Amino acid sequence: MNFLQKTSSVLLLLIGAAATAAQADEAKQGHELFLKRGCYLCHGTVGQGGIAGPHLVPDTLPVDAFSAYVRTPAREMPPFSEKILSGAELHAIHAYLISLPKSPAADSIKLLPKPGK
Amino acid sequence: METNNSGRRGFLKGALAASAATMVAAPGESAAQAAAKVPASASGPSSRTVAAETMGSHSAHDDELTGHVHNPGSDFMVDVFKAAKIDYVAVMTASSNRGLQESIVNYGGNKAPEMIVCCHEEAAAGFAHGYAKMAGKPMACMVHANVGLQHASMAIYNAWCDRVPMMVIAGNTADATKRRPGVEWMHTAVDQAVMVRDFVKFDDAPASLQHYAESFMRARSIATTPPMEPVLIVADGELQESPIEDRQALRIPKRVDVSPPEGDARAVAQAAEMLAGAKNPVIVVDRAARSQEGVELLVKLAEALNAPVIDLHARMNFPTTHYLNQSSLRRKYIGAADVILALEVDDLWAVANTVSDTPGRPSKGLVKPDARIVSISANYLYAKSNFGDLQRYQAADLPIAADAQATLPSLIEAIAHATSAARGSVIAARKQPMQAAFAAMRAAARNSAALGWDASPISTARLCQEIWAQIRNEKWALVSQPQFESFWAHRLWDITEYQQFIGHAGGYGIGYGLPAAAGAALACKGTGRIPVNIQPDGDFLMVPSVLWTLAHHEIPLLTIMHNNRAWHQETMHLVRMSSRRERDPESWRHGTLIEAPYVDYALVAKGMGVWAEGPISDPALLGPAIGRALAVVKRGLPALLDVVTQPR
Ligand code: HEC
Repeated sequence: MNFLQKTSSVLLLLIGAAATAAQADEAKQGHELFLKRGCYLCHGTVGQGGIAGPHLVPDTLPVDAFSAYVRTPAREMPPFSEKILSGAELHAIHAYLISLPKSPAADSIKLLPKPGK
Repeated sequence: METNNSGRRGFLKGALAASAATMVAAPGESAAQAAAKVPASASGPSSRTVAAETMGSHSAHDDELTGHVHNPGSDFMVDVFKAAKIDYVAVMTASSNRGLQESIVNYGGNKAPEMIVCCHEEAAAGFAHGYAKMAGKPMACMVHANVGLQHASMAIYNAWCDRVPMMVIAGNTADATKRRPGVEWMHTAVDQAVMVRDFVKFDDAPASLQHYAESFMRARSIATTPPMEPVLIVADGELQESPIEDRQALRIPKRVDVSPPEGDARAVAQAAEMLAGAKNPVIVVDRAARSQEGVELLVKLAEALNAPVIDLHARMNFPTTHYLNQSSLRRKYIGAADVILALEVDDLWAVANTVSDTPGRPSKGLVKPDARIVSISANYLYAKSNFGDLQRYQAADLPIAADAQATLPSLIEAIAHATSAARGSVIAARKQPMQAAFAAMRAAARNSAALGWDASPISTARLCQEIWAQIRNEKWALVSQPQFESFWAHRLWDITEYQQFIGHAGGYGIGYGLPAAAGAALACKGTGRIPVNIQPDGDFLMVPSVLWTLAHHEIPLLTIMHNNRAWHQETMHLVRMSSRRERDPESWRHGTLIEAPYVDYALVAKGMGVWAEGPISDPALLGPAIGRALAVVKRGLPALLDVVTQPR
């Protein structure tokens, strides 16, 4: 590996690290927005869903479809316009949801016995 | 002098009577306890009254001179309680009922009825609400004139919307010349009952003791005839406190239960014909079962048709373990149905339609245009106009005015009659798909429950499953409303017995939760059934003093807080408003969050003498804490665990 190659791979690594840090920052900001703007009221603090709103994780909609839904919901969800939730903020909320660790599978949870067990 | 002599004679005889009463007391027993053993007859005077009257033989005149009343009217009112088999009276002590309260203790021995001491009339009426649903019979609550009845009114309203019987006794002083100036005028009314008349099925203000006995017994039987409802009797203060003129002349009518109305045979046959011939029949149940027998009849009915059952949860109607319980798939089945059988459904319109909470409130139909609805309900026999419990009008294709449970045996028989071999094979063919849909529904519920399993605040699914793990092998009951926890109990627990679940508030009046759970717990006391109350925090704050009553009477109740630190329903309404109006998107928290400071529910409970722990927000700590609380409840005491939870 020559000097130039070495430098560029270090650079790439640095850029990569910076990108991850930026993503983490965005996810953190998204978490705050998810709480403050009240998404969690219907979807739960980790997007798990419940009687008032469907789960948003796992299988979170791709960011475009996600944003489109929040702007003009089809049914009961209130609409969040650009005026009260910017595109960047919405993006951050999406980043938060996709950053969440996966919940354990039902079969691995003792307290969720299969029916009849 | 004649007067003096008779006065002295009266005094001596009174003393004799009193000592006779003390003599029956065993060592260590008070006269009141001894009196409690004395059986009261339904129609004649009790032996104590006879003893007091014959041995004491006071004339009213004697008593007037000495300032004594030895045979007050309220003693007779206690005889009426006993004849009506009212075991408990929830009481917020009050001067307008002082005669009756004293009689319950000293004449009745504070046994059947026993006083349950409450700190607010809303608690007293709420207690009676929950008790009736668990015990299957009414208790009474006794409230102060004007002010107490107004406090109680919200809880009476819930019970009325929930079709629950209770005997409300309110004080008053009808004769204006007998009221002391000031407070007694403030605490009397020309028409006491008018405050709650729109939500009681019957009321009366008896003018004599005979009138009282007859009205009380009439009220009790009206209250317990479907549709069951609260009733009110005004116990006039003068009637309570003045001497009984002639006890021998008073008669208490015998206690009778009116048999509930059964559906007209021809209409039932027509319903059976529609159901047996249906391709996609659906059964919707709300307050269909009144007992375990009702649950078993519903299972028979559903199996006779292999029809999915959608439970709206106003009572325990249908086992959650049965393959025909498909409540989570409501929209799917209602949309595909050709015949819908609605049994004691409060809101028939909402079975077939919906209104969206979006501007303009558009409504849309949910059923196929040619779907037919058969509705069996006792609600057709009773209506009041002012309050909206009758919901939007939905004309059923075959409405039957009857009690659903009473009609089930004949309906099941008629369906068997209408099921030809060809129809029988269509019905049988539905079984396997129903079993598959049930299995898929339960699996989906498990998968959804796993989401956010380790979250803090603790997910409501985790909360319910931590509780379930510890009660499932006990004899238990869920005495709270499941919608606040996203119905996890109904989606995941095995609820199979009528007494394992008592439904909801009826009128959606917050403040029902803790009192009603406590009333249900009272009915469980001594039966070995462990009542579990998953208690929302907003509801708790309405009548927290119920905890003191639980401690005071040593009523075992396991209360697990569902503490989402909010009046959560309202947060969602507020965010809807600000989003719709494009205004400050963070303003929803004002007036809806219970923060700054957070309430320390364990501290509140301890302050009222109830064992408590918390707040717990780490899910890993929850199971062991529930175990400790359950141990307290098994020792016969109430316990509260504060758990910080997800919103829903
Ligand atoms: C008042 C309750 C409520 C609030 C607040 C709310 N939602 Fe929703 N959301 C719903 C409901 C209910 C649905 C289901 C579809 C419908 O009825 O519109 C939904 C659906 C969605 C969907 C579509 C999910 C899918 O898989 O189809 C997305 C994405 C979403 N919400 C994101 C958000 C975000 C982001 C916020 C906060 C900015 C938010 N929601 C706030 C109730 C709510």
